[in-house]
Formats: sequence, C-alpha cells, structure tokens
Amino acid sequence: MSIQNPDIKNKKCFHCGEDCTENSYRLDEKYFCCNGCKTVYELLNENNLSNYYTIMDMPGVSFKGVHSKRFDFLDDDEVISKLVDFKNEEIVIINFYIPQMHCSSCIWLLENLFKLNPGISNSNVDFLKKNLEVKFSHNKISLKEVVELLASIGYEPNIQLDSLDKPKRQINKTLFYKIGIAAFCFGNIMLLSFPEYLGINIADVYYQKLFGYLNLVLAIPVFFYSASGYFTSAFKGLKKKIVNIDVPIAVGIIILFTRSSFEVLTNSGAGYFDSLTGLVFFLLIGKLFQEKTYEFLNFERSYKSYFPLAVHVKVNETEKAVPVSNLKMGDRIIIRKSEIIPADAILFKGNGNIDYSFVTGESKPVQKVLGELIYAGGRQLDNVIELEVVKEVSQSYLTQLWNNDTFKKKTESYFSEFSNKVSKYFTFAILLIAFAASLYWMQFDTGKALNVLTAVLIVACPCALALSIPFTLGNSMRILGRNKFYIKNTGVIEKISKISSVVFDKTGTITKPGEAKIDFIGPELNPFQKEIIKSLVSVSTHPLSNAICNYLQVGKTYEVDDLIEHAGKGLEGNVLGNFVKIGSLNFVKEDFVDDNRTDSDESNDISSQVYLSINNQILGYFNISNSYRSGFGNIVEYLGSKFNLSILSGDNESEKENLNKIMGKHADIRFRQSPSEKLAYIKSLQRTNKKVLMFGDGLNDAGALAQSEVGIALTENVSYFSPACDGILDASGFNKIPKFIEFSNISIKIIYLSFVISFLYNLVGLSFAIEGMLSPIVAAILMPLSSISVVTFATLSTNYMAKRKGL
Amino acid sequence: MSVIVVLIAVSLLVALGFLIAFLWAVKSGQYNDTYTPSVRMLFDNENKDSEKEK
Repeated sequence: MSIQNPDIKNKKCFHCGEDCTENSYRLDEKYFCCNGCKTVYELLNENNLSNYYTIMDMPGVSFKGVHSKRFDFLDDDEVISKLVDFKNEEIVIINFYIPQMHCSSCIWLLENLFKLNPGISNSNVDFLKKNLEVKFSHNKISLKEVVELLASIGYEPNIQLDSLDKPKRQINKTLFYKIGIAAFCFGNIMLLSFPEYLGINIADVYYQKLFGYLNLVLAIPVFFYSASGYFTSAFKGLKKKIVNIDVPIAVGIIILFTRSSFEVLTNSGAGYFDSLTGLVFFLLIGKLFQEKTYEFLNFERSYKSYFPLAVHVKVNETEKAVPVSNLKMGDRIIIRKSEIIPADAILFKGNGNIDYSFVTGESKPVQKVLGELIYAGGRQLDNVIELEVVKEVSQSYLTQLWNNDTFKKKTESYFSEFSNKVSKYFTFAILLIAFAASLYWMQFDTGKALNVLTAVLIVACPCALALSIPFTLGNSMRILGRNKFYIKNTGVIEKISKISSVVFDKTGTITKPGEAKIDFIGPELNPFQKEIIKSLVSVSTHPLSNAICNYLQVGKTYEVDDLIEHAGKGLEGNVLGNFVKIGSLNFVKEDFVDDNRTDSDESNDISSQVYLSINNQILGYFNISNSYRSGFGNIVEYLGSKFNLSILSGDNESEKENLNKIMGKHADIRFRQSPSEKLAYIKSLQRTNKKVLMFGDGLNDAGALAQSEVGIALTENVSYFSPACDGILDASGFNKIPKFIEFSNISIKIIYLSFVISFLYNLVGLSFAIEGMLSPIVAAILMPLSSISVVTFATLSTNYMAKRKGL
Repeated sequence: MSVIVVLIAVSLLVALGFLIAFLWAVKSGQYNDTYTPSVRMLFDNENKDSEKEK
C-alpha cells in the first residue's frame, strides 16, 4: 500500500502530472501528488481501465483546488426531470458539460464508464463541445450516483443554475442540406453545359433542348430551396428600408433564373443556369465559413451559470437540498467551505470569510461577523456558516444588474454596417447603369435593350463582394482563435477596428488572481526567523498566510504551540520558545488586547501590510501588492498612444500608486466601482461618442461588458465561467492584445482591397454586358473566377499578415 | 445517338445517389461531431478476453 516517502520529491504525479511533495503517495512504483489522484488510479486499476494511462502520459485531472461538492439536490424529482433529456421506465439519457475534458485519454475513459458501473449502458463523448451523453438504467443507478462517479474520477459535470432552463442546443443542418443540393445541381449543370462552352455544333436541336430542360429542372431546387435565404433576407431588409448586400444578390439570382428559364423555354438560348447555381453554391460556402462558432464556449452566460443549482436549507434541524430558484425569504441556508452564497443573506452562525474577488473585484477576502449582511455571489473560505436569506435570488444586490436594459437589447443583424453602406451605393449604381445602357440600346433594338438590362444585373451580382467579408473575417476569426482569443462572431473584428477607448477591470484582469507580489520591508530575516514564521503561517488557511508561506523559501517547519488565530487581525503562537505574532499593526503591537471585536476600518485598510513581531519586537512588515500580468506595461504603452485608457476597479485604493506608475498620465483610474457604476461609466464614455473596448473577468464586469461595443472576458481557463461577452481571451494571450487590435484593423483593410478586386471584375463584366455581348460562357468563366480570386486573396493575405504580426 | 441519353440518365442517377447519401449522412448526425470519432477509432478494441493481458 501507499507509503510516505521523502525521496518522492521531484517526481511527477503519475495521474495528473503535477509535482509531488513530501506528502505524496507511492503505489506500484508510481507516484501520486495527492490522495485523490491515487484513489482514481486504484479505482481504474480495479476495473481494468489502466489503459487510461497508456493512451496519454499523465492524463488525469488534478484534484487540487477542487472542492468536494455534495449532490443531494440530484435526488429531487423536479430537478431530475428538468436536467435529463429523455426518460422512460427503464433508461435515462442525460447530457453533461464536462469542462475538464482535455485529451484522448479522457475520451477513452468517459466512453468506458460502463465498466465502472453496470448501471450505465452507454456513454458518448463529443469532444469539441466537451459534452458527455450518458445512458443509464435508473433502476440500477441514480442520477446522483452517476454524477458522483464522474466527480470521483475527476470529471465533475458542470451543473449550475442555468442547466435547468437551458434550451437544448439544436444544430442547424439546413445550411448543409442547401450546400449539398446546390453542389449537386451546380456540378451536373456544368457537365451538361459543356457542349455549349466548347461550341460544339450539334446538328440535332434535340440535344440542345434536352440539355436546356435538364438544366432548368436541376436549377429549380437551387433557386427555390438553396437560395431562399437570400430572398427572405433581402425582403426583410427592404421592409426595414435597408438595402443590405442580399438585395443585389437576390435581384441577380431572380433575373438569372427568369431570363434563363425564358431562353430555354422559348428555345432562344442556353441560359445561365451554370452561373446561377455556381453563384449560389459559392455564396453558401461563404456563409458556412462565416458561421463557424466555438461550440465549447458559451458567450451568453449570466449569473445563472455561476450560481449553484441547489443549496442546503435547514428545515426543522435537518438539512434538505433545495433548488436555488425556490429559495424564499427567511430560509435558513447552510454554506460549507468554498461554496457560493446564492442570495443576499444575514450571517447567523459561524465565521464569515468571504472571497468577493470575482463578484465585486475586491482582491482581499472580507471578514463578516454575526448579524452582518452578506451579498450573494461570494465564496465562503472558512468553515460552515448558517445564513438567513433576506432577498430572493433574482432580487439580490448582484443579480439585479441583469434586470438592466443593457442585457435585453442585443439583437444584432449579421450584416456589418460597412457592407450595408457599400451595398446601398452599389445597388443604386448598378440600377443606374443597367437602365442607362438599356435606354441607349432602345434607340436601335428593343430586344437587345432588354437583353442588356438583364445582362448588367446578372453580371453585377455582387458575389465576390459578398464573399470577401465572410472569408476575410472568417479566416481572421480562426487565426485569432488559434491564438486563444475566441470571438463570438465575425462582426466583432469589425467592431474592434473602430474602437477609440479601452477600459480594463483590475482584479483578475490585469492582476493575476491568487497571486501576490510580496516584499519584506525591514532588516533582512535570517533563515531561522524565516523558518519559525513559516511554521506559524503554514498552519493558517488565510489567503495572506498562504501567500507569505509561499514567499518564504525555506524547507523546515516546526511544531507550533499555543496557536491562536484572531479572525481579521492575525496569528500568534510559540515556535521553539519564540513568541511570534503576525498580523495588522495594532495586533502586533505589544499592548494588544483581543477585545473580540473586528474593527471594520482595519480590515478595509488601504495598505496590505502584514506586520511581524518575534518575542514582542517588531521586525518589519510584509508588503503585499497585486502582481500584474506580464506584458501589461507594454500593452499600456501601446494602447495609451492610440486610445483613451481607463481602469475600473471594484477594489480599494491600495494599488493606486502602483497603477499610476504603470499607467502614467494616460489613464483614468477609478476605485471602489460597483457593478452598476462600471456600467454607467461605459455609458458616459459612449455619450461622448467613444467606442469602448472593455476587458473584464468577473460577474461585476458583466454589465459593463454587455454595454461596451466590444466586451471581452479574460479567463484563466476558457471552459470555466466567464460573463456574457463578445469574446473570450485566454489569459495566456493577454500580452498579445495590441497585436489582436492591429490585426483586426488589417483585416478590415484587406476587405477594402478585395472590394477593389471584385469591382475590377465587375467592370470587365459590365463592359461585356453593356455591349450586349454577355454570352453564357463569359458569365460562366467570369463569375466563378472573380469569386475564387477574391476568396484566395482574402484567405492568403490574412494568413500572410497574421504571420508577419506573429500571430 | 440515344446512347448519350442513356449515359446522361445513368450519370444523373448515380449523382443523385450520392446526393441522397450526403443528405442522409447529415440527417443522421454524422456531421455533428467531426473530431471525436477520429480519436475513438484509434482506441484498441478490448473485449472481455483482453482482461487477461494486463
């Protein structure tokens, strides 16, 4: 069995690949960093699933930082019926979102769940969506047991409040059908048009007729089904008095179809069915390219994705799991260590030590004493507390933000402003040319006038124009995605290129969460002093203690006697006969008496200074300041020269000087901003005609992110919660922000250039059309050629520019 | 001469067959997940008898 072994150090955990420490485990010549990892290994081994470790090295999910949760609420029938996708007398099918999924070993293990429990009959992974579909027999295993099983092997499903009312994501297959049909018809019509292209003079009119009618039959599904989207979109646009780019396309398609049908039916020509179907096919491909989405990401999250689904309520001295949405005023709830407080509540029992960093931006945990009001969203860091709910979930201080109108407006059209503007002028210009040319021909030949009118409208159909935007932006979006900057849709790139103001949140966005910069101010400590301090702080779970503990790079620790932890003040204890005190200045001072009263001014103290005394002699203090993300200075320098910079922090002013030093004079820095103040600040910028790009990370930024032209959520792990936004940026890509902005600008310029190219083609086509010389073969060559060259240009140039920018 | 008509009819039928195959593939969800199957096919197919091996 497992033996603790000192030479385990410097080994990597066999399960998750983390470094092992002295307290690690060894089993079968393998090392494990923690008990969790070892347990999984044992479990898998017992069930002949050790293959898990052969597909990938160290595939496991670390158990560090994972809080064991309780899933009692999954016994509730109401909850179950809302979560499952299908249920009959025997089986249940349910889909889980599993953010931990990351490698092929994960897929293998999750698809072999049936080996762990015979009640599970089938499990199926969709890796790109991080989705696991489980089919199990609910007579043999309950939903709660399935979830617990997943959690026990490190793949805890993400079940939050919004899992209940999430509409099941339906994949839109229509576009695939449309493309398939268009491709089929396009290919066959091309084939049947070959005799016409080659100018083979077939003696028999019979074949000409046959090919013509076949083409017509093949074109009908393309016209009525594949192209239908363009008609409805053009119609909708015209109804709103907007000439969007689909209007000239729809006009072109209709004219193409009617004129070709007319020619075939009257036997006066071969028609342009090849051009028509080719055009529709290319347009649809462009649409497919643009519609790429990051399926594993969710850009529409609200507080509901952050809040737990259920909470334990105390009813008559017993605990019962109750869905959070059913919480009522006066309910007595029980919050355990590292659980989230779901509603505004009053502390009733226990010690509150609440981490609000994600909710309000305060970087330090807040101490709460009995009778104090605790806002929803905080995470309890100490042991169990009991609270009485004073407001329902949807009415609490934080969640009220979502009642703001900002969250209701977002209905964007998929057309960019820019393409609408271009297509308006374009359409009018084409109509003008068409009528002028036909008027001219009217003088000589009425038949030819009609011919020219339709030919101009056909050849001017802005296929290349319509393709340049999806291909440029679609490709740019992929390039950004490769650099871990995931945007919601291609329109975001256009918006980024227009911004004039950049706003940052502080905590978690420009500072690293959970990391602090520590300096000891005072005479240097000798190794022995460091050891005794470390001995003391290593006993405490307080974040500041942890930070200091990590800072002190010494190995040995000793036993601590008479340890007393004064909540919100500090620690004291005896280490090898030395009386050590560490904490706030007042506490460390010799004459300190613990009067059992947390002095709230002190816990909100601006400075983060932890004083130290050994044997009642103050030696100095640890100065703890935020540690900024690497590259922040460069970003400020770059952005400051081009845009208005602001920093909105929900935290106190302790970082003011540091920030001023980094930001220089460019920036407007504001502290103690509430979520709604942040929103209001963005609005006030917009009133001065600023286009705002906002970076944030927490729930408190949600309003500001939604209000900004472009709101980008920064996150350490893209699979975990991030507020609703236009783009999600992985923290590792933070220092590339200037490049992202430059690249967005370049993408827009590439679009301009491809517009020019497509106009040139149009010019050539128009010259044919005006002269009345547009034969089917000219159209059939010119239209695909222009489309293909625009697409190639857009794709290659974005790739090239990305390479030059180092993306 | 009429052999061309026959050939065209046959070629259209074959093409139609592929179109139907494509539509069926989309409908049956083969395009829903384009990644996982590529990994899944590489897993060893261990049946009950493979338990002895390890």
